Amino acid sequence: MWRYLIPISVFAVLAAFFARGLNLNPRYVPSPLIGKPAPEFELPQLKNPEIVVGTQDLTGNVALLNVWATWCVGCRQEHGFLVELAEANDLPIYGLNWKDNRPTAMSWLSSLGDPYVASAFDELGEVAIDWGVYGAPETFLLARDGTVLYKHIAPLTREVWTTEFLPRIIAECGALPCLPVGSE
Amino acid sequence: MNRRSFIAFVWLLFVGTASAIDPEPPLEDPVIESAYRELINEVRCLVCQNQTIADSNAPLAADLRREIRRMMGEGASRAEVIDFLITRYGDFVLYRPPFQPTTWLLWGAPVLLLGIGAIVFARILRVRTKQPLEESNSLDEMTL
Repeated sequence: MWRYLIPISVFAVLAAFFARGLNLNPRYVPSPLIGKPAPEFELPQLKNPEIVVGTQDLTGNVALLNVWATWCVGCRQEHGFLVELAEANDLPIYGLNWKDNRPTAMSWLSSLGDPYVASAFDELGEVAIDWGVYGAPETFLLARDGTVLYKHIAPLTREVWTTEFLPRIIAECGALPCLPVGSE
Repeated sequence: MNRRSFIAFVWLLFVGTASAIDPEPPLEDPVIESAYRELINEVRCLVCQNQTIADSNAPLAADLRREIRRMMGEGASRAEVIDFLITRYGDFVLYRPPFQPTTWLLWGAPVLLLGIGAIVFARILRVRTKQPLEESNSLDEMTL
């Protein structure tokens, strides 16, 4: 009896491990920033280098920070949905323009629409490192107090928005639109 | 192939492994430079996950090398740089993950499997030695 049971159970354990391993997405690396305060940053705005955009603009609101670049195919894919979201005006969307070229990025926004309240221009990718960015597009959801609530790595779709973002936003805000405290 | 070209050939075999993608000049302090080299060979490039940032020419790897160089050049210790990386990218960024509850199985598995192998081996040996001597002799003759 044992003669058969042992190999079969060893096989079952191995198969369970492999099945789990094969179904994980190796591209998805969970962010250690979830539940922690958003990393501080200050960068020139994409459209106006004279104006600074940074952490203090994000806090006070439940906000999105979307990491994008014109060289990023997934960003092109999700852009339409971001524009739709911006039109709904439920919460402010900020951009982090990552290792990009200023004129190219500006013409991309003028031709495809600009969903961002402001985009920070991170030419050297230094702020992106602080945020643990490794593959655009990435979208962070931030609480009013500046805590990172969630990070999505891949193009943002309506499905992801409904299943992952909306419940967290509702939990934070009660209802949409998600207004800053004091403005209600 | 004559002797000299053979030596050149062997030498070339090793040259490839010594070179790195990092185009930056070495840091001034050779001790820091070697610590830097050692560390970038243990940090995973998250864009091309089976490469270290020393091997990868992905833009993110270049940015991380630049950041680590800067930190170490300013006197940051190895532990400080590792901490910097983990708070941003998580343990996955290290090729040598720390020993903690979530990695006990990972680190323990080789010892565990070796132990299971040893038990199985010992059992088989015991069963075999219990077998009558003539039978094993005849088996030996058969295999010969």
